Amino acid sequence: MELWLFYFFGAIALLAAINLVVSRRVFYSAVSLIVCLCAISAVYMLLEAPFIAAVQVIVYAGAIMVLFLFVIMLLDPFSAGTLPDKRRYLSYIALALGTGSLVMLYPLLKAYNPAKTPRSIDFVTGGTGTLKHLGETLFSAYLLPFEVTSVLILVAIIGAVVLAKRQP
Amino acid sequence: MESLQYAMQTDPSQVPTTYYLILSALLFVIGAVGVILKRNVIAIFLCIELMLNAANLSFVAFSRSLSQVHGQIFVFFVMVVAAAEAAVGLAITIVLYRNRNTLSADDADIMKW
Amino acid sequence: MIDYLWLVPLLPLAGSAVNGLVGKRLPKPFVSSVACGSAGAAFVLAMGAVLDLARLAPDQRHAVRFFFDWIVSGDFAAKAELLLDPLSAVMLLVVTGVGFIIHVYSIGYMHAEDGYYRFFSYLNLFLFSMLTLVLANNFLLMFVGWEGVGLCSYLLIGYYFDRRSAGDAGKKAFIVNRIGDAGFVLGIFLIFVTFNSLDFGEVFGQIAEGPQRFPVETGVGLLTAIGLLLFVGATGKSAQIPLYVWLPDAMEGPTPVSALIHAATMVTAGVYMVVRCSAIFSRSQVALEVVTVVGILTALMAATIGLVQRDIKRVLAYSTISQLGYMFVAAGVGAFSAGIFHLMTHAFFKALLFLGAGCVIHAVGGEQDLMHMGGLRRHTPVTHWTMVTGALAISGIFPLAGFFSKDEILWSAWVNNHPAIWAFGLLTAGLTAFYMFRLIFLSFYGPEHFPQESRHHLHEATPSMTLPLIALAILSVVGGFVGAPSWMGLGPNRFEHFLEPSLRFAYRPQPGEANPGLEMAFAAISVLVALIGISVAYRFYISRPESADAFAQRASLLYRLLFRKYYVDEGYDAVFVYPTVSGSTEVLWKIMDVEIVDGAVNGVGRVIQSWAGLLKRVQNGLIRSYATWILLGAVAILFYIAVIRG
Repeated sequence: MELWLFYFFGAIALLAAINLVVSRRVFYSAVSLIVCLCAISAVYMLLEAPFIAAVQVIVYAGAIMVLFLFVIMLLDPFSAGTLPDKRRYLSYIALALGTGSLVMLYPLLKAYNPAKTPRSIDFVTGGTGTLKHLGETLFSAYLLPFEVTSVLILVAIIGAVVLAKRQP
Repeated sequence: MESLQYAMQTDPSQVPTTYYLILSALLFVIGAVGVILKRNVIAIFLCIELMLNAANLSFVAFSRSLSQVHGQIFVFFVMVVAAAEAAVGLAITIVLYRNRNTLSADDADIMKW
Repeated sequence: MIDYLWLVPLLPLAGSAVNGLVGKRLPKPFVSSVACGSAGAAFVLAMGAVLDLARLAPDQRHAVRFFFDWIVSGDFAAKAELLLDPLSAVMLLVVTGVGFIIHVYSIGYMHAEDGYYRFFSYLNLFLFSMLTLVLANNFLLMFVGWEGVGLCSYLLIGYYFDRRSAGDAGKKAFIVNRIGDAGFVLGIFLIFVTFNSLDFGEVFGQIAEGPQRFPVETGVGLLTAIGLLLFVGATGKSAQIPLYVWLPDAMEGPTPVSALIHAATMVTAGVYMVVRCSAIFSRSQVALEVVTVVGILTALMAATIGLVQRDIKRVLAYSTISQLGYMFVAAGVGAFSAGIFHLMTHAFFKALLFLGAGCVIHAVGGEQDLMHMGGLRRHTPVTHWTMVTGALAISGIFPLAGFFSKDEILWSAWVNNHPAIWAFGLLTAGLTAFYMFRLIFLSFYGPEHFPQESRHHLHEATPSMTLPLIALAILSVVGGFVGAPSWMGLGPNRFEHFLEPSLRFAYRPQPGEANPGLEMAFAAISVLVALIGISVAYRFYISRPESADAFAQRASLLYRLLFRKYYVDEGYDAVFVYPTVSGSTEVLWKIMDVEIVDGAVNGVGRVIQSWAGLLKRVQNGLIRSYATWILLGAVAILFYIAVIRG
């Protein structure tokens, strides 16, 4: 059962990703990225990470992508293609590299064999256990990075405002 | 102890971790190729976000595989950083558009030899 | 007093340092006091030391004073060690005595020069080097002095450094000397290899005590090789054939320099060295023959060139070369003490002649051409009479000093079975008398040919210049009597007797039969030949002046050959100088340095520039290509992990 769910959502994610790269209009790319993110969120669910799945939808698909769409709308939303590509060779190189890296990665990944993942007690006792555990670890062992990221966000806000504001 | 081991049975329908990793690799490569293929800077950004997500997927897969929560915590931080980066990057894109009236990466090539 | 021997070279060195470092800012009287004071003090100390030496018994007259260990390496040691024995005592007195006199003369002669302090500094430095040379007790220390005098010669010849000719002359002197020094150094190497020491006592002692190891050589053997190599050095320093060409050009230097260095002392260093190494030379027939032949040929050739020269100093220069040849002849026939005797008397009258020439040049306002002088005896009487004294001395007229020394050489040549040498020596003596009195007559007698505007210079020189002349004239008159030969009935030859201990290591073949009657006759013959020379000069330049020019016209080819010094300089130029210079310019400079070395260095730069030109194209400002490079790098690492590391 899980396997089919995985195949289903995995396929959606892949197709959305390919559409992202292939489509000519950036608006379509953004929307397909949203689809992809939601599919990945489902995969997170399959991986028994409900909190991460929720955060993915709320933050990534809900906030970041909305921001992207704002900016796309602001700047030339329906750009109907650009000038012909003067450096097509880069595309070919990129495709070759991509294929090559996939070919090389496959055996490495296939070789990964954790001895049949044991289910830990937390997983057995229910989903909320994961969130509890996550919270405890986050606010004890990872407290400093947590605080630093809040500063990081503050800096990003200030930076974004300063950069984008209209010069008088 | 015995009850615990009994509980730690494998489910035949469970998906092997490798599959998740392969999915992650595919998404990552698609994103990497997209960064080079696309000329619109916002599209390049989207591809970068895709790559980040692929990495997140990989983290969570390993988190489950090794029964540790640290992978998920890292995903948490990655998302925060991605958000911050997206904000600033889009601000820069706006400035670029305002000054050059173009969103093509090929046209922004003054910093060269 | 001998214990203070080390002060003798060091006082002039200190004087040189003081004058050199601070003399520029100080008044001239201070500079000259320091210089002459140190020279004079050295002379006084030298006299004291020699008197102490004389108080010792003849076979004890060998005082060695150790100064410090200079080079110590394994069992080889070269020490800074001074030797005072009769030979070095004679040289010591000549160098310090004549040196002091010339220092005093220079006060007057150089008083108008700006580089006054520099002159005296160099002159004192020369004294230091020459004293090191004569007092050294080993070959290495002697070589230090040898090189030092060469350096000072260069510095002083080129004293008027704003004159191109002076600089060239200095360089010529140094370079030609260097060629001789190469031979000298090879000789020193050979000595070291043979005797494992460079100490005089050890080397000469080993030779004397080992007649099986070091027999008298008739062919070419070890001692012959050493002797010939050392003699090459002597030809350079003492201006013999083929390395004499620097000495006439050295007359570019101030006249006191010509007097001190190029007449009395430095050029005699070669003679001193040969006599010091009498142990080596006396055991090698070939070396002695070479020395004798080179000496007499040089003497004769230089005398012929001197017959027709017009520059007063050049006549004296060629005369010096000629007289040095006599000294080498003496050494070559085995009469080492005769050579040193002539060295001493020559120092007196040649220095006198040079200093007098300096006064003459001053009196005619800088003119040095003999044809533009004349009639000076009315205006400069002291100079006139002292120079006549010197000329008589050099011509070998009885009873002046030159008579005794030159005669002893000629007699030794005859007695040791070299009749041809005696004949050539006699001929040279006649030529010497001729050209010397030609000089006297042209400058002091006859009508006045000098330019009118220099008449205000036309007076006798100051006492600081004339007193040295008088002193040297006195020495030229009485100096010969210390070596008066036995036939004169004044007792045995004291000079020869005094020098005996220094020559104790020499090999003495069976002496010839003493024949006082023949000796006296030969002496008379040489005086007669000299008088003939003087009278011929008189005829040519006083009674019938036009005959000189007429003779020159008729024998114009010969005249030109002599006047152009047998074209030797031109020959050297063509054979040695021009190929070296053009080889250096065309090959070494233009090809090797500019094309190859510079080309390689510049080529490296150009290669790097071209690579950089290629590499800089990576930075094309395009994000896409940067991203491609990043991806490429990542894939490369992946490749490494996946494929190479399995």
